[in-house]
Amino acid sequence: MTQFLQATVAGLSLASIYALLALGFVLIYKSTQVLSFAHPALMVFGAYFVSYFAVTIGLDFWLSLALAMALTALLGAVIERLALRPMVGKPLFSMAILTIGLDIAIRVVVNDLIGLNLRGVGDPWGFSTVKLGDVVIETRVIAMFITAVVVTVALLLFFRYSKVGLAMRATAADQEVALAQGISVHRIFALAWIFGGALAALAGMFTSTGPAGLSPTSWIVALKALPAIVVGGLDSVHGAVVGALIIGLAEGYTSTYQATAMPWLGSNFSQVVPYLVMLIVLLAKPYGLFGTEEVERV
Amino acid sequence: MLEVANLEVVYHDVILVLRGISFTVPEGEIVALLGANGAGKTTVLRAISGLLDVHNGDITKGEIKVDGEPTHKLDPAAIVKRGVVQVMEGRRIFAEFTVEENLRVGAHTAGGNIEATMAGIFDLFPILEERRRQLAGFLSGGEQQMLAMGRALMSKPKYLLLDEPSLGLAPLLVQQIRDVIVEINTRGTGILLVEQNAAMALSIASHGYIMETGKIVMDKPAVELAQDEDVREFYLGLHATGGERKSFRDVKHYKRRKRWLS
Repeated sequence: MTQFLQATVAGLSLASIYALLALGFVLIYKSTQVLSFAHPALMVFGAYFVSYFAVTIGLDFWLSLALAMALTALLGAVIERLALRPMVGKPLFSMAILTIGLDIAIRVVVNDLIGLNLRGVGDPWGFSTVKLGDVVIETRVIAMFITAVVVTVALLLFFRYSKVGLAMRATAADQEVALAQGISVHRIFALAWIFGGALAALAGMFTSTGPAGLSPTSWIVALKALPAIVVGGLDSVHGAVVGALIIGLAEGYTSTYQATAMPWLGSNFSQVVPYLVMLIVLLAKPYGLFGTEEVERV
Repeated sequence: MLEVANLEVVYHDVILVLRGISFTVPEGEIVALLGANGAGKTTVLRAISGLLDVHNGDITKGEIKVDGEPTHKLDPAAIVKRGVVQVMEGRRIFAEFTVEENLRVGAHTAGGNIEATMAGIFDLFPILEERRRQLAGFLSGGEQQMLAMGRALMSKPKYLLLDEPSLGLAPLLVQQIRDVIVEINTRGTGILLVEQNAAMALSIASHGYIMETGKIVMDKPAVELAQDEDVREFYLGLHATGGERKSFRDVKHYKRRKRWLS
């Protein structure tokens, strides 16, 4: 039982990270219809600057986090302005491919900055743990979980009730019609990338806490947010969270039990599980579990 | 007054679609813009509402003025704020949104009390209030047209540009849409009505313009247009003389004039 609970905690911890990352993807997708493959780069960019401000310069951690989020938001805005705005109205596929290029370019620079050694981000949680019965929970995981919940609720309310959130959804649904209603599509795009960038920095900071640290391979985590949003449906906030939970828990349980239950699958099979789950869900529900299916009158 | 003066529009740098169009929509009146497919009617509307960019079109000559202020260099958002809003052809409602959300998107530029504006729209289209929480994609064609018009009205426009509001609707619904257009107009909104259904458009407009291949070829008060020999023949499908409906058997194509005697 303890092992099961411990595996659940591990799964939830992964799920919180994936959720934070997935929400950034969803935010950008929901307003621009572009699946931003530049997200891993934004994430490590943000994490690097938290590390730079907090560890290298020695600023207060929270101030560093705020600065890094602002910088990453700025980078998002720059990407939008220089690379994506000239592409407005062009096929979405080209825009998605463009973000892959951006991702590679930015990551090369950031990886060079990170260097070969693990970097910490100077977070206040460190390696401290809390014991609940027999289950050991890292404090950073609790912080991660709470942040993920807060961000999710905030985004849900934002898209449902705020004027800008509604305008973002309208822009994603039909750019020309959104323009005709007086929505400035350019401003919506910029806002999406700004928010997306800030969220990526936040997620990047969390992935770099604890034993993982920030290393040139940290960005791979962001790729696992992809199965999470595909499972949940690309344009659904709560879908992204449910997807992250499914993927995170599946990965957590596999890494705990697979070594004894199915050793013939080899080590590190848990790394494959997210993609496996994604495949199965896609076969059954092509729009994901909560994605907007095209509404059609019959 | 919405004025279009000597407007020339080119698509993709080479396709000349509007060749010097001029017309005016006086405040609080309905003006009909008629013409065959491909005459450039929709392009006129796009030019006014600033949506040419999306289609790779450019205004190369001429100007558009709203109440004396030139607007042809503004972006669509600024034009909506000046009180000119377009209802696009084919309704184009947000199918995955609820009816109410559709209306709220329309109020994006409008400040003040959105609820009050919405109540005005529901007063005009009671069916929308009934279906307020339903997904817009499941409305009938007529209801979707009403929603599209209601959404545009949420920005409290001074001039409403309607592109083929009767498209694909049953005759009874066309009647209904016609009555609604008149009602919107009596509430003080000027309307530029682009239509294929010339009979409907001319029955409510005060003035009519006829376009062919990027030019205005005829321009008369609507009553006179409806009596015009050529308009009756080519747009209303009526005999030049009698007024009874014409059988296709009697249509003699060689008799069709090559040019409008304007």
